[in-house]
Formats: sequence, C-alpha cells, structure tokens
Amino acid sequence: MAAVQAGLPVRLESIAGELPLPVFVGITNELEMRYPNQPLTNESQSHILGSVAGSAPRPPADRPVLRHPDTSMDKLEAWSPPQSPGISPPRSPSAYRSYPYGAQRNGTDTLLVHDAKVPGRPSVPQENSSPSHYSVKLQPEQPVITRVASVERLVERLEVDYSDDPWRITEEQREYYTNQFRSLQPDLSALIMGTVAKNFFTKSKLPIPELSHIWELSDVDKDGALTFPEFCTAFHLIVARKNGYPLPETLPATLRPGFVEAGVVTAPPSEATLPLIVFDENMMPGANQLKMGSVDLQGTSRPGVTAKQEARDESRKPEFSPKRIPEPHEKTIQHVSTLKPDSPQELDANMKSRTRPRSYSSTSIDDAMKKVEEPPTPPPRPQKTHSRASSLDLNKLFQQSGQGAKSGWLPPPPALPPRPPATQIFSFLPGSEKSSQKAVQQPNFADFSKFREEQESSLRGLSTEDLTPPKSESTVVHQGHAPQKPVRRKLHPESQSATPPSATPYSAATLTKSTQRPPPKQKREIQMAIRKNRETNAVLTRLNSELQQQLKVVHRERVTLESQLELPRPVTST
Amino acid sequence: MFHYTVHTSLDVVEEKISGVGKALADQRELYLGLLYPTEDYKVYGYVTNSKVKFVIVVDSSNTSLRDNEIRSMFRKLHNSFTDVMCNPFYNPGDPIQSKAFDSIVSTMMVQAC
Repeated sequence: MAAVQAGLPVRLESIAGELPLPVFVGITNELEMRYPNQPLTNESQSHILGSVAGSAPRPPADRPVLRHPDTSMDKLEAWSPPQSPGISPPRSPSAYRSYPYGAQRNGTDTLLVHDAKVPGRPSVPQENSSPSHYSVKLQPEQPVITRVASVERLVERLEVDYSDDPWRITEEQREYYTNQFRSLQPDLSALIMGTVAKNFFTKSKLPIPELSHIWELSDVDKDGALTFPEFCTAFHLIVARKNGYPLPETLPATLRPGFVEAGVVTAPPSEATLPLIVFDENMMPGANQLKMGSVDLQGTSRPGVTAKQEARDESRKPEFSPKRIPEPHEKTIQHVSTLKPDSPQELDANMKSRTRPRSYSSTSIDDAMKKVEEPPTPPPRPQKTHSRASSLDLNKLFQQSGQGAKSGWLPPPPALPPRPPATQIFSFLPGSEKSSQKAVQQPNFADFSKFREEQESSLRGLSTEDLTPPKSESTVVHQGHAPQKPVRRKLHPESQSATPPSATPYSAATLTKSTQRPPPKQKREIQMAIRKNRETNAVLTRLNSELQQQLKVVHRERVTLESQLELPRPVTST
Repeated sequence: MFHYTVHTSLDVVEEKISGVGKALADQRELYLGLLYPTEDYKVYGYVTNSKVKFVIVVDSSNTSLRDNEIRSMFRKLHNSFTDVMCNPFYNPGDPIQSKAFDSIVSTMMVQAC
C-alpha cells in the first residue's frame, strides 16, 4: 500500500509539471494518503496498480459504469439530468487536459472517483480503483467540473477537498448549507429550532443516536437551536458520516462555529453523495435549485429543471433508487406533485395541492421558501389569484356550482375553501408557468377524468369523496367548459329530490353539455356559492336526521336482542 | 443493587416536594439535601423544575462530602442534563446515551472519591 501510495505521488508529480494546477494534485496525494485508513482506499489502491496497467480499456468501461452508479446511487434524481449535461461540457476540457495524461483520464472518471469514495457502494468496487487513480490525475479538471458541480458533487468534493482535514467545509459546501439553512429559516442570523432541525436531519436517515451525537457536537451554545454556523457544522458532520467518516468525539477545530473556511475549491464532482440525495427529498430541491441557479451552466433551463427536480424529489421521497433516464419524464409529471414536506399523498391530491406552491414560485429560491410557507397557508391564496383573469373566477364558480350540482346531496362544504385555490392555480398554470407545466397539466387531465368517473360511481355508491367533485370540476375547467348557472339551478331541485343515480346522469349530462359562457360576475358567483352551500346544508341536515332515526331504530332493535339473550322470558325494552 | 435504594429514596423525594407549596422554584428548593442516611450510605436528592429527580448515593465511609460539594455536583448534573434535553433527538424518558453527559458524570464521581 505504501508502495502504491509512493508510486502514485511519483506518477503524479511527473505529470504535475504539466498540470496547470499542481496544488490539487498534492492535495489529492495527501488525501490518498489518508485513505489507507479506510477500506475503500485499500481496495482502491490495490486496484490502482491494476488500473495503471489497464487504464486504456477503462475509460470506456468507466463511462457506462459511471452511468450505472449514478442511477443506482443517485437518489437525487433531480440532479441527474443537470448533472449529465453538466458533465459533458467539462468533459471536453478535461478530455483536452487528459491528453497529456493519457487516455485514462475522463471527465467521467472524476465522477467515478468519488463514487468510489462513497461508502455503501458495493456495487462498484471496481470503480474504486480506477476512480481513485483517476482522481489524482483529474485534479486539474476539478475546478472545471466543479463549476458544473451539482449539489451531489458537493459531498464528493468533501472527500477530495480536505486540504488538511475531512472536517473542513469548502465553499461549495458552505453555499449549499446556506441554501439549506435558508430553506428552513430565511434569516441567516436567526436560529433554527430544535424540532425543525430534527425533522430536517432525520431525513438523512442516519440512526438517531448518531444524529443525537452530531447535535451534541454542533450545538455549541446548548440552546436547543442551531445558529447558522452550528447548522453548517451539523450538516457537515452528517455529510461526513454519510461518507463513512466516523463521528469525532469532540468537535474538530475546523468545524467550530468561529472558524472561517478558507475554501479549497477542488474535488471533481462525482456521484451524488447520499446525504445530499437524502436531503433532496424536500429541502434539497430548493437548495439544489439555488445551487444550480448559481452554477448555472445550463442556463435558463435550470429553473425549470430544478422545479421539476423538486417535484420529482418529492415523489421520490420514499424511494432511494433514482433512475436518471426516466427522470426527465417523471419530472414533468412530478412537477405538479411537489413540495409537501409531509408524507407522500395520492398523486392526484398532491397535484392539486402541490401546484399551489408551483404557481407562485418565480425563482428557485422562492420555491424553496414557498414550499415551506405554502403548505400551511393555502387559504389566503385565493385572494391572490383573484387578481388574475376572469377565467379564474369562472373556475371558482364552476367548481362551486358544479360541486353543488354534481354531488347533489353530498357536497362537502369544508372542501370548498381549498378547492378554489386549486382550480385557480390550475388556471394559473397554463398562463404563468413554463411549458413544463403544460406537460404537467396533461397528467392532471388524465387524473381528473379518472376522478370524474370515480365521482360518478361514488355518487351512486353514496360515498363522500371530497376530492372528486372538485377534481372533476377542475377537469372540466381545464377543458374549458364554463359553468352553466341556469342549468345548474335546474339541477339543484332535481339533485336534492332525486336519487343519486338520477343526479349523477344529470350532472354528467350537464358537464358534457356545458358550453362556453361569458364569465359571470363575482357577486353572482358568491351568491350562487352561498345558495349552493345552503342547499348543501339542507340536504345534509335532512340526511343527518334520517340517519339519526335509523340509528334509533337500530339501537332499539339491539337492546331488544340483548335483553332477549340475557333473559329467557321476553322483556319489553325501550 | 443500588436501584432498590434509589427507589425507596424516591418516596422521600416525593414527600419532600409535595410539601412545597411555593410556585416559584429556586435553587434551594431544587436541592433536597440528605434524604435518607442508612448505615452504609447517604442519599441526596435534587429535583428539577420539570420534576425530574436526581438522586446521589454516597458511601458513608467516604469522608463526608460537604453540602456545598453535593450541591455543586447536582448543579453540574442539572446543567449536563439540560444539555442533553436540548438535543431534539433525545426523547425524554430514554436512557441517556450522551457521551458528554457520561463523561461529566464520571468526572464528578471520580472527583468525589
């Protein structure tokens, strides 16, 4: 091993002369020296000799391997598309530079390097050798690749960036942590509360005792909350732990809140590291967006991409095996379903609710922030949307009137408030969002049509599905059908008196027959809504009384039966 | 084997704190003093504002520690305990696994011996 290590520096130094950035090479050497302590390094170094010999065939092999580990390891789906295009630009300069170093060097190899370093990648032990070997040579390429660096690469940079110390935070890392902090707490000088931080760090899937230990290390002032430096420290420790570094007993000097990071920018970005991936579930998308935006190699496509990433990250939360290839497709679909930090809900329900934050996010930062803000406060949104085109009012009215008509005796009044924002936002989407949104809407269409069918069947089955009426309404909205008040007025007496089957065909017929109408005024809409609510209330009251009577009857029967069971002789009971 | 002693001393602690009717709690109230001198050891009690009880069992053969020392021990215990509590990953009621806490406690015990 020592020989190998010695061999490596020798090789590097011979090449270092050609390198425009020999410093990094030195760093890498040093880092390599550290790795003897780690099994990965051992493995890698043992392979290095082999890799040196067989470097030529490696690059092509590595490239597909790179993809594979990317797909298997990269939980940060959102990052894969930006990463792959990001890789290609640096690959050319790196390839250019690699010429003097031989065919071994690859832009992908740098990615592979860190893949190797990431623990928990048993599937790619072979890469460990080649990446580690390549990483040394690819040092000069790192800065270039660093630019492209997605958040994923930040942690990988962790491994190579440590000029002295794995416990040093680099600039990119600090920037990433800043974004994450902002996603939790917009004010950088303020504190993150313990519970908030706990939920956030729990997403990293580290065991609780370790998280507890990390907290102990990072909460220097022991106040139960994290300041920004403390947060960076904690995050950094988690990232390090994810990469296999054992947790220190005491806080390293470089991680103390008072320490100012000199910022060594190195480390070719390689495979997405676990912590970044994990955190991407909710918060990271926001940070990723920011990061991507700042790096911005992709240009304007990034915000849309990142937005999609958010969506996808949300959906991917339960999973941890992202596949980059299907990601772009899923992105569009997931684009709508995002941002609820809560557990995954039904996609349909999510699309409605999650589109809310989407519609208002103009920048990626806002997205991150709004994600946090919007889920708790859906109600205020309708006011914002009202300023939009009258089509929104149309949607709202249609939704409410449709609700009253279609559901007949089972329109749930509580569902009314959340619905208008959803529908309004849907109308927002076509206007305000990018083309990706439109792609998103198509799944909406599909879903809502399904819901419509569900709704009809549910009406027959006397089930109360709050979501179906609004969804069917919104579907109709999307299809551009305007609410028909006269028809609906006609429907109301019918729906209230008729049985569900009759109401359902009527509502369906109404929907199908509905044609475009000039948008009604707001006042009329409100009045219509009020009237519908009243009718709904009346229907529900009647239903309630009927059910109460039934309940009494059943109760009486039950008591009778019980008494009969207990006593052989018949006993009159009330 | 000290668990039995500690549990019996809990009754004494309860008895002491139930008698206190004051709303405000100051250091004096927290420190309960010698709870229960047996032939072998002394038991000191301390209750926090959240009704978490600390019990220290000291060997009587040990040249009796002064009251101040016991108080300072309790104070350190209390501080370490609040540090542990501040950790959001710690569920109150779980056995404390904090290394820092353990180290402080061991240091204290070594000091007392």
